[in-house]
Amino acid sequence: MSTATESGLQHRLAAVLQKNWKSLIVFVPFFWLLIFFLAPFFIVFKISLSEAIIASPPFMPMIEWADEGVMRIKLVFDNFTYLWEDDLYFNTYLSSLKISSISTVLCLLIGYPMAYAIVRAQSTTKNVLLMLIILPFWTSFLLRVYAWMGLLADQGTINNLLIGMGFIDEPIRLLYTDFAVYVGIVYTYLPFMILPLYANMEKLDWTLLEAAADLGARPFTTFLTVTIPMTLPGIIAGSLLVFIPATGEYVIPDLLGGGNVLMIGRLLYNEFNANVDWPVASAVAIALLLVLVLPMMLYQHVQGKETEAS
Amino acid sequence: MSKQPNYTDRPWMDPDAEPFIKVQSVSKQFGTFTAVDSVDLDIYKGELFSLLGGSGCGKTTLLRMLAGFETPTSGNIFIDGVNMNDVPPYERPVNMMFQSYALFPHMSVEKNVAYGLQRDGIAASEVKKRVEEMLAMVELSQFAKRKPHQLSGGQRQRVALARALVKQPKVLLLDEPLGALDKRLREQTQFELMNLQEQLGITFVVVTHDQEEAMTLSTRIAVMDVGKFMQIGTPTEIYEFPETRLVANFIGNANMFEGRVTENGPDHVVINSKNPTCEFYIDHGISIQEGQKTWVAVRPEKIKISKEPHSAENANQMKGIVHDIGYLGKVSTYRVMVQDTLVEVTSPNQSRPKDSNLIIDWDDEVYLSWDASSSVVLSK
Repeated sequence: MSTATESGLQHRLAAVLQKNWKSLIVFVPFFWLLIFFLAPFFIVFKISLSEAIIASPPFMPMIEWADEGVMRIKLVFDNFTYLWEDDLYFNTYLSSLKISSISTVLCLLIGYPMAYAIVRAQSTTKNVLLMLIILPFWTSFLLRVYAWMGLLADQGTINNLLIGMGFIDEPIRLLYTDFAVYVGIVYTYLPFMILPLYANMEKLDWTLLEAAADLGARPFTTFLTVTIPMTLPGIIAGSLLVFIPATGEYVIPDLLGGGNVLMIGRLLYNEFNANVDWPVASAVAIALLLVLVLPMMLYQHVQGKETEAS
Repeated sequence: MSKQPNYTDRPWMDPDAEPFIKVQSVSKQFGTFTAVDSVDLDIYKGELFSLLGGSGCGKTTLLRMLAGFETPTSGNIFIDGVNMNDVPPYERPVNMMFQSYALFPHMSVEKNVAYGLQRDGIAASEVKKRVEEMLAMVELSQFAKRKPHQLSGGQRQRVALARALVKQPKVLLLDEPLGALDKRLREQTQFELMNLQEQLGITFVVVTHDQEEAMTLSTRIAVMDVGKFMQIGTPTEIYEFPETRLVANFIGNANMFEGRVTENGPDHVVINSKNPTCEFYIDHGISIQEGQKTWVAVRPEKIKISKEPHSAENANQMKGIVHDIGYLGKVSTYRVMVQDTLVEVTSPNQSRPKDSNLIIDWDDEVYLSWDASSSVVLSK
């Protein structure tokens, strides 16, 4: 009897799976994000509304049980007002945004012509070029940043080469400057600019450019009035893929910028590890998220419009 | 008083007329592939000229060379007396209507149409006026603010036309202008195009693979194959007097018979074919040698079909068995087995024969005959 119900249950389960396998496929990654993104986010948000103490964990619990079973919830907004009051945080955010914005623009200026050239190349060359763009991912990111340290150091490859060729007498300061951070970020994030641009340009209808020329537009005018608007979704996607992670970047400013370059990632690390002020560190993280949510929403909006158009 | 010949409708007949577009031994090679093979062509002002051919015949390449998107490997193209070889597309006095229309998807209808005028630095008020006029002409005024993807195929076609015409080009190039439309819309648009062309007096050069479209639209047609012109002429010339088997087959249908010239007079030719055995008496002289092998073509609709012989003479007559009948409403097509060859006959269904003995049925023995002026000798 039990075997009969069992097989009946199995049948029913199979039927449910067959019917709902699509929702199941969607559910798994959503569940993953819920556990490993949304839940930690709320934990961090909770810590940001707490007070630092010398204990383990180093912050006050949010919920306290007073006598007679009365629950007391204590929310402290000081950490956020502190971020606003202390110049250091504001300047660091500003500096981070400046560095990531300039890096994004540099990536776009370098990546756009590259993506364009790849799309226009013959199909065999095209595959080789795309492979070269993806090639750096085959070595560890950290290793590549260390390699840049070796290149940029006072006694590094570049300085030695320049001295050896007699262009300079003394090494130029390259490492631990803004310049080094820009080089690192642009180098690291360039593929993230090129790939979405490539994907977008691949779909571009080239007869539109001929139509523009036919109607009297010179090549540069055609570029401004047709090519740029048509590739705008690619430009936005690539820019966000560079801008968002570059703003929170920690390794590159730490290794290539040393103590001289202010960026949120480093600040966060310091608050957390050196100052052991978890609530302020959490507030910094939440504020960073807010700063980055804005461009993300912009992206969503543009994407929505694009799908609507097609 | 001698009558002055009037060439206004047929400028290509006028020995003094200067061609508006002159293609001079132009070739275009892509690698080892020759798309256009040393062609010469004169197109006159106000013509509606069609380049007709199957895919890969080089017609589109020739059109793209006129537009400036391809440069000839050798030869020259003159438009209005100016050599176009070094003139980029954006400086040519021509506009093109693309096969895919190539409307800018990010611009509204009016911005699409205004695009070309704005490039010429025309004042905004003038641009607005001319765009409005043009949209009124193609009956799209109420769609001015729409984006191309919000329009139907026929409307998009008209936007493309408006955009190409608004600059008042000297030559309008049209790449398969009606290809993307359904049959009804295509017929209607054909006549609209012709009216527009007559009204504006712009020279049209049309690329098409559709022989019916070319026949209806054109003042003259150039039939192309493997990068060369097979024949250039008016629709009537090309249909009635095809020069080659390829042209005869490409424009309409034709029954073709191989034979030998047995008599060559100044006003007539006699050709005898072996399979099926038949004597063709043709009442116009041609330059051909007696005894030469050649081909004769007879159009299906020029052949009369009946159960009784038409004349006692043997020439221009065949006897066969009805193999197949296709009833198409206004006409019927018969496929008649004459010895070992199937001959196609198209006959109008003008009236129903009263005598049932005269009704042609499957496996009936029938006589096929045609006028002495109805068959043509093909050169190859």
